[in-house]
Amino acid sequence: MSTARATLERPVSGQGGRTTIRIGPASAVLRWRQVVVPLAALAVLVLVSALSIGRGDYPIGVPDVLRTLAGLGEGPQNFIVLQLRAPRVVVGLLVGLALGVAGALFQTFARNPLASPDTLGITVGASVGAVAALVLTGGSSVGALLGGFGVQLAALSGALVTGLLLFLLAWRDGVDGYRLVLVGIALWAVGGALVDWLLTNAQIYDAAAAYVWITGSLNARTWDQAFPLAIALAVLLPLALATGRALGVLQFGDDTARGLGLRLPTAQAAVVLLAVALTAVAVSAAGPITFVALVVPQVAVRLAGGSRPPLLASGLLGAVLVVSADLVTRTALPEALPVGILTAVIGAPYLLWLLVRGRRRSTL
Amino acid sequence: MTAHTVTDVPQEASSTPGNGRVRLAAERVRLAYDDTVVVHDLDLELTEGSFTAIVGPNGCGKSTLLRALGRLLRPTGGQVLLDGRAISRTPTREVATVLGLLPQSPIAPEGLTVADLVARGRHPHQSWVRQWSRDDEAVVAEALEWTDMSELAGRPVDELSGGQRQRAWISMALAQGTDLLLLDEPTTYLDLAHQIDVLELVGRLHAERRRTVAVVLHDLNLAARYAQRLVAMKDGVLVASGTPAEVLTEQLLADVFDLEARIVPDPVTGTPMVVPVRRLR
Ligand SMILES: Nc1ncnc2c1ncn2[C@@H]1O[C@H](COP(=O)(O)OP(=O)(O)OP(=O)(O)O)[C@@H](O)[C@H]1O
Ligand SMILES: [Mg+2]
Repeated sequence: MSTARATLERPVSGQGGRTTIRIGPASAVLRWRQVVVPLAALAVLVLVSALSIGRGDYPIGVPDVLRTLAGLGEGPQNFIVLQLRAPRVVVGLLVGLALGVAGALFQTFARNPLASPDTLGITVGASVGAVAALVLTGGSSVGALLGGFGVQLAALSGALVTGLLLFLLAWRDGVDGYRLVLVGIALWAVGGALVDWLLTNAQIYDAAAAYVWITGSLNARTWDQAFPLAIALAVLLPLALATGRALGVLQFGDDTARGLGLRLPTAQAAVVLLAVALTAVAVSAAGPITFVALVVPQVAVRLAGGSRPPLLASGLLGAVLVVSADLVTRTALPEALPVGILTAVIGAPYLLWLLVRGRRRSTL
Repeated sequence: MTAHTVTDVPQEASSTPGNGRVRLAAERVRLAYDDTVVVHDLDLELTEGSFTAIVGPNGCGKSTLLRALGRLLRPTGGQVLLDGRAISRTPTREVATVLGLLPQSPIAPEGLTVADLVARGRHPHQSWVRQWSRDDEAVVAEALEWTDMSELAGRPVDELSGGQRQRAWISMALAQGTDLLLLDEPTTYLDLAHQIDVLELVGRLHAERRRTVAVVLHDLNLAARYAQRLVAMKDGVLVASGTPAEVLTEQLLADVFDLEARIVPDPVTGTPMVVPVRRLR
């Protein structure tokens, strides 16, 4: 590689804000906004996370939190930061990351800003699983002893089964984005009805626990939730990011995408199944924190520019949103509410706005 | 831009123009959507360096045929051969480096700029490591130049006029750099001057770059002017094939288009020109 020359080039006309990097046979295009936005989001994320870990009955300053996280803390602070408070924030962060990326995958795939794990019924599927586990097993005593682990597995299965159902019902020689949204909305409705039915048949204590679960909460999260989630994401996120090139072509119509040499069924299956898996692991860890996956990718695309939600920026902004929402619900509101309430308060009007505005679509 | 007048368009007398080697062939292809057969056992050969126009009434199966030729639709009978090999058994990516297809109604994602659209044409030549080579850059710049889109390169595609958009898509097909080009109604939405522009462009690609081209066209007079060979379809069947003079007869217009018409020589090129009289039936 001694002969490899690295070059940086200014753009050709009409392609402002980008630089081409070439090292030997490798080449890539860097767009400044698509680099700056994730970096800024990452900085905000670190700050908000540290702030969130610091807040509580025993306040700790941001510098101290960061020092402790870096392994330089001592005694009681170590325990409070690393054992008591960090897991909650880490779970929130990872969940936001997964939901943001899943939303970006779904929206690019369906070519529709309405597509998200919420509107496609996958998060409701997780709720059906979790509520069934809480209610049908008389979860108040047994469930608590299991440490909520059974509920988590039930939620994971619920989301995966719904995701597979969505995929199979929408599949006809490949998945059409429009059909995916239609089938998804139907599943959303059916899932919602199932959850209601389960709740009306539940004991009052179970119902209370179930309500907290289906709102999405980060209460009492420990490393037991954080570790499996982190491991799952370590596998899923790189795979999701690797679909980026295919997504750039997939966002055209099917004929154009095929004409450009994309193996359409394979690419479609990969994108949908990855998005389902990301949603399932996120939702099983923290409940369906709604609307994150719906809102964040659209914010990300407006910040970073381009024609489709950027995957990495969507993930990081999702993490920022969940961690911030958790911080606000824990500290700024008079009563501690589950984090999902706040994201719903932000997300529901946005969904209405999307529906009212209709869908602009450029067809030749 | 070098001046090319319409009279430069080569007209060959032979009914099998080009130098003979068959690049793309349909062999008794039967095409169907679900159970409805739309194209019946059709044979067609595109020879190296030929310029073919496919004509026929709305809904007769032109787009369907073109999609099958481009491997976007799998025949329920017969087969399509690309350079002698079954196209269904050629990897998608390999097909994409040899054959470019412009669908009838392509969809551009909101916010995509012309430059990005055209750059996507390089997808089959790129990989994870090689995302934007010098080749890619040169070819895209040239494709923009050829279609007169350089000035508009930074504009979002969804904010262009129909004609500009059409040229952007043609530019993308060019950037793909394939020997074979299948274009489905590239002149819809264009005013007459721009229709001529696009067909000139296709003519130059064919004449100067030796590209093999098949174009679906509705304007019979322009088809006769620019293409060496016309293929007329009706109800999913190939009715006639040959030079414009052989195909465009008063009888054929009556049979295929239900149109009573006179055929006169085009005063500029001498190719047949259709003067409609009235609709039959
Ligand atoms: N996706 C589809 N599903 C079912 N039927 C279809 C589909 N696309 C086309 N058809 C039918 O197949 C027939 C041929 O359609 P095709 O689009 O090939 O016609 P065409 O010759 O290109 O017409 P036009 O000049 O209007 O573009 C028509 O009867 C049409 O209704
Ligand atoms: Mg058509």
